[in-house]
Amino acid sequence: MRIGVDVGGTNTDAVLIDGLRIVASSKQPTTADVSGGVAAAIRAVLADGAAAPGAVDAVMIGTTHFTNALIERRRLDRVGIIRLASPSGEALPPLTAWPDALARQVGGEIFLLPGGYEVDGREIAPFDEDRVRAAAQACRARGIDRIAVSSAFAPINAAMEDRAAAVIAAEHPAAVVSLSHSIGRLGLIERENGTILNAALSSLAAHVIASFEQALAGLGLSAPLYISQNDGTLISAAEATRHPVLTIGSGPTNSMRGAAFLTGVDDAIVMDVGGTTCDIGVLAKGFPRESSLSIDIGGVRTNFRMPDILAIGLGGGTRIHRDGADLRIGPDSVGFHITQDSYLFGGSTLTASDVAVAAGHADFGDPTRLPPLGAEARDAIWRRIQAMVADGIDRMKTAPGPVPVIAVGGGHFLVGDGLPGVARILRPPHASVANAVGAAIAQVGAQLEQIVDYDAVPREEALAAMRRAAAERVVAAGGAAGSAEIVDMEEIFLSYLPGRSAQVRMKAVGDLADLGPRRGAGPVAMEARHAN
Amino acid sequence: MRIERSMLADLARGAAFLGSGGGGDPYYSLLLAEAAIERHGAFDLIAPDSLADDALVVPCGWIGAPTVSVEKLPSGREALAGIRRLEQIMGRAVDAVMPIEIGGGNGLAPLIAAAELGVPVVDCDGMGRAFPESQMAIFNIRGLKACPSVLTASCGALTVIETDDNLTHERIARSLSVALGGIAHMVEYPLTGAEARAHAIAGSVSAAIATGAAIREARAARADPFDALAEALRATGLYPHCAILFDGKIVDLERETRGGFSVGRVIIDGFGGHGRMEIEFQNENLVARENGAIRALVPDLVTVMDRETADTITTERLKYGQRVKVVAAAAPAMLREPRALRLVGPRAFGLGTDFAPLEELNGMRGA
Repeated sequence: MRIGVDVGGTNTDAVLIDGLRIVASSKQPTTADVSGGVAAAIRAVLADGAAAPGAVDAVMIGTTHFTNALIERRRLDRVGIIRLASPSGEALPPLTAWPDALARQVGGEIFLLPGGYEVDGREIAPFDEDRVRAAAQACRARGIDRIAVSSAFAPINAAMEDRAAAVIAAEHPAAVVSLSHSIGRLGLIERENGTILNAALSSLAAHVIASFEQALAGLGLSAPLYISQNDGTLISAAEATRHPVLTIGSGPTNSMRGAAFLTGVDDAIVMDVGGTTCDIGVLAKGFPRESSLSIDIGGVRTNFRMPDILAIGLGGGTRIHRDGADLRIGPDSVGFHITQDSYLFGGSTLTASDVAVAAGHADFGDPTRLPPLGAEARDAIWRRIQAMVADGIDRMKTAPGPVPVIAVGGGHFLVGDGLPGVARILRPPHASVANAVGAAIAQVGAQLEQIVDYDAVPREEALAAMRRAAAERVVAAGGAAGSAEIVDMEEIFLSYLPGRSAQVRMKAVGDLADLGPRRGAGPVAMEARHAN
Repeated sequence: MRIERSMLADLARGAAFLGSGGGGDPYYSLLLAEAAIERHGAFDLIAPDSLADDALVVPCGWIGAPTVSVEKLPSGREALAGIRRLEQIMGRAVDAVMPIEIGGGNGLAPLIAAAELGVPVVDCDGMGRAFPESQMAIFNIRGLKACPSVLTASCGALTVIETDDNLTHERIARSLSVALGGIAHMVEYPLTGAEARAHAIAGSVSAAIATGAAIREARAARADPFDALAEALRATGLYPHCAILFDGKIVDLERETRGGFSVGRVIIDGFGGHGRMEIEFQNENLVARENGAIRALVPDLVTVMDRETADTITTERLKYGQRVKVVAAAAPAMLREPRALRLVGPRAFGLGTDFAPLEELNGMRGA
């Protein structure tokens, strides 16, 4: 049995899953300390499912906590920043283009040191151990215990970053070090930014993960704890403590993965209809299609991969505006005030929910309180809502033919039957806790990024070697040997370079190897060298 | 016009559009330009008409792989070193700089040199858009010499190229950029003020700023950024026709390397099942066909943009599933002349068809 938990802005959802069966689910308010809500949600599903803590094999938690900390600039550490790339890079020092307040808060000392690699693996400059040691000493002397290390082309060759980590460990053993090759992909500024943000989250991560573990222990659970990453795969609690920035965007991904699990459909459009917006994503082979836009976190540019989500202004609380013959659907909404403001709940604001119930597409609240709309007006509004939904689907799908659509979220009834371009609409049970389900069923993942020269190594051989390396990383991250499969590959040929050079990214996932309960304290301490 | 920090993002946005699918990601160029203004303050954009006949004007830009340019960043000393060496060779000080190519990141490149030297940027460039090779610049088309030309890299290496043949210059420069790690700064086609006035494509820098500003202002006002883009382009006079050719999502994409360039095609399905557009590219977009009929041809500009934000998507960033609008613009008149078409027209890129203007292919007013 597994427990999946999703900590959202408003609610903390939990599910208890036994194999493929959802045994129990719960929705609790999210608490300020986060772990309070988590404990309440887990306690509820254990009770509802009449399950003994010892029967739980693993607990998976997805949370937006670290995103919020970066956006709200709460409890961030000061960071010593080391970049190994000189003489290159000095025109754009670290913290370039950061919002001033955040740069002042997080920026400790900056060291631009020789090093880094060229695209073909040559060194830009040799590693200077003395200068790295001096930087570590300076950080120690100034009480800076969080250090971010980045170097040019680190995703291709991590050797210098690893050497720097060893030197720092010897000189400043108390330091917690974040290495860029474990955090991000090609794009020095974005990757370095992600690494600095990660280092700034160190103390908070240690505190939050520890409080999760205490909550589990307090409930008598000794199962290992995993945390969802932004691509929906899991990392161990220990790994999440080291790399909290990798957990920032798991919500939408878990929601979509949960939708896939609940329906058994791996390729579909997913519509998560909330109170104000409907988030539309594309599931391909069970994973969300990724966005190619840069991701700004707290005003800092990063290149983390996030799901490609189209948000349209349509939700259960969306206000319907009728001005004579003029009809406007939102985008304003009563949001979570729906239980006071909509007609169904005794208010006097016409919302999409009111119209849906009036038209017979949903059944909740008090329909006797609905205003006399008239069939024509009601149907016109419903048709307009359906047109918005159909347009959103059309914008997201990539195959010309009809596609399956999975409708989840509290407002899923707004996705009507008989829409053009839709093969079938799936409305799974437990749709309101799809994100907790996604966390619970998640697999272990690993990514690999290399620049390969097909003139040096033939393409099939190079790709086969990368597949093997990716599978090995999945096992190292806690995956079951032999369960790893490549779920995504991207190959970009590099113009302006000689030969047939390509940048290849592979993503592999595998099932969790070890679901056995552990006696005594602690999560599985997996040393995962995880590269995005 | 004084170029202030607040205008740089507009310039980057407009330059990205003028890249016609190429020119790399302007974000890093924007950061470099902002850092330069931060250090040295704002500087002047001057009209070509204000140049003395015998002024020394130097086109600048980066040559190399966009993928490398986002990892191996400049030291910040390249532009100054290259220009100082050129001044030594020419025996006189440089009076002004300009972009060799307005399209993409190179549209902002000379700002770094301008800031460090304390000279103005001339409101003109050498291509009016982006092209993959240096000899496609208008200066070569008009018979001017690329050399003496100076390449500099972040490691401090400096190379002077002297050859009478501009194609040889491009080949040497390209090889050097590879030897230097994949990216280098280049100053080339040193011009007199008279030559700049006669041959450079005037108004392209201010056109890029105006275009970028129009998109930003439209977004802020929740108006259609594409309408604003088209209107701003036409108003520049430099790109007299602009059309939104297509609106759809990417359903197929083929890319491979041929001769060191990213070559391929992208297929876009119209929304609601309305037809299909296919664009062939060689770094830059070359030809756009709708249901088999040609709608735009190089040197006219074809740019793929995100249909919500009007952000430009370069050919390297095209991805399956992206929701896009395809926008075409007439190339500056000088690029449509027969001597230009020999070097930058469809046949120069191996397309088996002669050039036809955008406005004729689409039955537009003013054709």
